[in-house]
Amino acid sequence: MRARLLSAFALLCVVTAVAVAGGLYVLARNEILRRTQDAAVESMRDRLETLYPLRTLTPNQEELGMIAATASDNDSPAIAIQGETHSPLPPPPPGNLRPGGIRGRIPDTISPELRRMVAEGRTAWQRVALQDGVWLIVGMPLLVAEPGAPTRPSGIEVYAARSLQSEQRSIDRIAWLAWLTSGAALAFAIVLALLATRGVLRPVRELGRAARLLGEGELRTRIAVRGSDELADVARTFNNTAAELERHVAQLREMEADARRFVADVSHELRTPLAALAAVAEVLDEEAAGLPEPAGRAARLVSQETLNLTGLVNDLIEISRFDSGVAALALNEVDVAELVRATLRARGWSDAVDTDLPPGVTVRLDPRRVDVILANLVGNALRHGEPPVTLRLTAEPHHITVEVRDHGPGLDEEVLPHVFDRFYKASAARARSEGSGLGLAIARENARLHHGDLTVTNAPDGGALFTLHLPRPPRTPAGAPE
Amino acid sequence: MKLGGGSRVLLIEDDPAVREGLELALSRHGHGVRAVGSGEQGLERLRADVPDVVVLDLMLPGMDGFEVCRRIRAAGDVPIIMLTARGDDMDVVAGLEAGADDYVVKPVQPRVLEARIRAVLRRIGRDQAELERHGDLTIDRAGLVVSKNGEPVNLAPTELRLLLELSGTPGRVHSRQQLLESVWEHGYFGDSRLVDACVQRLRAKIEDDSAAPVYVQTVRGFGYRFGPV
Repeated sequence: MRARLLSAFALLCVVTAVAVAGGLYVLARNEILRRTQDAAVESMRDRLETLYPLRTLTPNQEELGMIAATASDNDSPAIAIQGETHSPLPPPPPGNLRPGGIRGRIPDTISPELRRMVAEGRTAWQRVALQDGVWLIVGMPLLVAEPGAPTRPSGIEVYAARSLQSEQRSIDRIAWLAWLTSGAALAFAIVLALLATRGVLRPVRELGRAARLLGEGELRTRIAVRGSDELADVARTFNNTAAELERHVAQLREMEADARRFVADVSHELRTPLAALAAVAEVLDEEAAGLPEPAGRAARLVSQETLNLTGLVNDLIEISRFDSGVAALALNEVDVAELVRATLRARGWSDAVDTDLPPGVTVRLDPRRVDVILANLVGNALRHGEPPVTLRLTAEPHHITVEVRDHGPGLDEEVLPHVFDRFYKASAARARSEGSGLGLAIARENARLHHGDLTVTNAPDGGALFTLHLPRPPRTPAGAPE
Repeated sequence: MKLGGGSRVLLIEDDPAVREGLELALSRHGHGVRAVGSGEQGLERLRADVPDVVVLDLMLPGMDGFEVCRRIRAAGDVPIIMLTARGDDMDVVAGLEAGADDYVVKPVQPRVLEARIRAVLRRIGRDQAELERHGDLTIDRAGLVVSKNGEPVNLAPTELRLLLELSGTPGRVHSRQQLLESVWEHGYFGDSRLVDACVQRLRAKIEDDSAAPVYVQTVRGFGYRFGPV
């Protein structure tokens, strides 16, 4: 934008300056030359008139010399020519090319056209550029006017050379002035352009920066409104839009927070009756065998569903803790292989999972939360996948990776992005009893609480592959064993 | 024996349904359960008849659970298991600092509560060992008496168990996980704050300066160690 504005200004200025200065230059130059020529012709004619009446129409070289001498003055040496004869030329000076030596060179400078025009009886002139500057060559015929007959050329032609050096200097000075003026105008134009672009560009740039901030979620971004031009209008519109956006987003956030608070409140409210239910469900379950059908089956059902409901409410409470930001890590230096083994052992999965657990990998983490993640991943793999289920731990200097995969068909591509969504069920037909629908969401929240992440892909040779990344913060020296 | 708990449990829980449910379940496990609905009633009950263990809900009307916990602890060494709401971390910490030995999260499965009760009531094995002296501290593993400078130190059962566990192998580092398994029988993933809170209480009783402990030392990032004295 700035470059375009600058070049447009500069171009405009250059074109104008060149047009004005160039035109003036050409006019001045022509005028100077015309005057010089007129003056040269006039003075030569005056001098030649003193020759009349002509003594002879066939002068010899000496007489031609006299005619030339009459036509000459200090500034402009002349020669006289008739046919092939011309007035005597001074001997060429040894250094050659001195200004005074022009007379000797006149015959060479007379072009055939000039000669032809003069021979026809007209006064003619021509500018020639020699090594020592530009010269004006004026040719003038001596005319014979006899009574009763038309004027005719006598055949004697006089050519005078006049240096145009001083005129050239004047013209050069004009040209230099033109350049100077153009240059100054250009510089002035650039300064003006800079000022103008700054005036336009600064608000535009400010607007761009504000728009970017707004896009990055900084909804309180506003810009200062200056003046009352179109840019100020744009700024005002931007501010109004941003304010509106901020209001809407705040409203949405409030609604979302309300919804989450409601879920949290409901979960907490459910806890007390559920506590009573949970306490007696076990009693019911243990007595079920002794009860007559269908009371026994009903008792088992009540007991089982109480357990499920307890799990769901616990998960809801857990996830509402993540939402409200009160979930905290209880960090401990833990041997990861030992932790994985304990997780599997506690749930009776030790024989169902092929593990690859390098020993001696200790990480500072919250063992309870990592247990929740691992139990969820392995539990899912065992329930929904095909054996063998494998668990592989790899340790890098700055993070560890735990991969849990099964060898089933894997997950549908359209399911993959949603597996961590709350209450997302891969298939609508899947039974509700397989989990709260929050397990993977909680697992991912737990991973992120550790500043790690939990991701899922399909393994190239089939099966779902869940990968848990956990960072390994550098151990402080104080944490080293003694 | 499945129904062979046989301990006397004082249950302090304000919600009648939960109280009745837990009373029912614990009775089935063979415990003699006294259930009361407020902290004041509980303390009164306690003065008349000291139970083997107290199960205490933290959310009580009137005198709150923490205060009840502190008063029970001030009066004697009866083990206290608190009932907390899941997710109320501050409650857990405050309860442990008030002197609770362990906690379970509501809604609680009776089986879990039963396991906790059994763990806190576990008999401490007595050795026919000599008196151990560690600096000013004397540990009598036969009589289960700990004294400092000749004065007996009053330790709650969990605190005593923790001290015996740590001092059994002086100089060795015990991770919180190990201590949770051996002292609380919590399994691998118990709440390590149990250990930290108990260590704090233990230090307050046996160390000259809790901030610069000599007997129970912290090994940062790993756990705790007894000595070297």
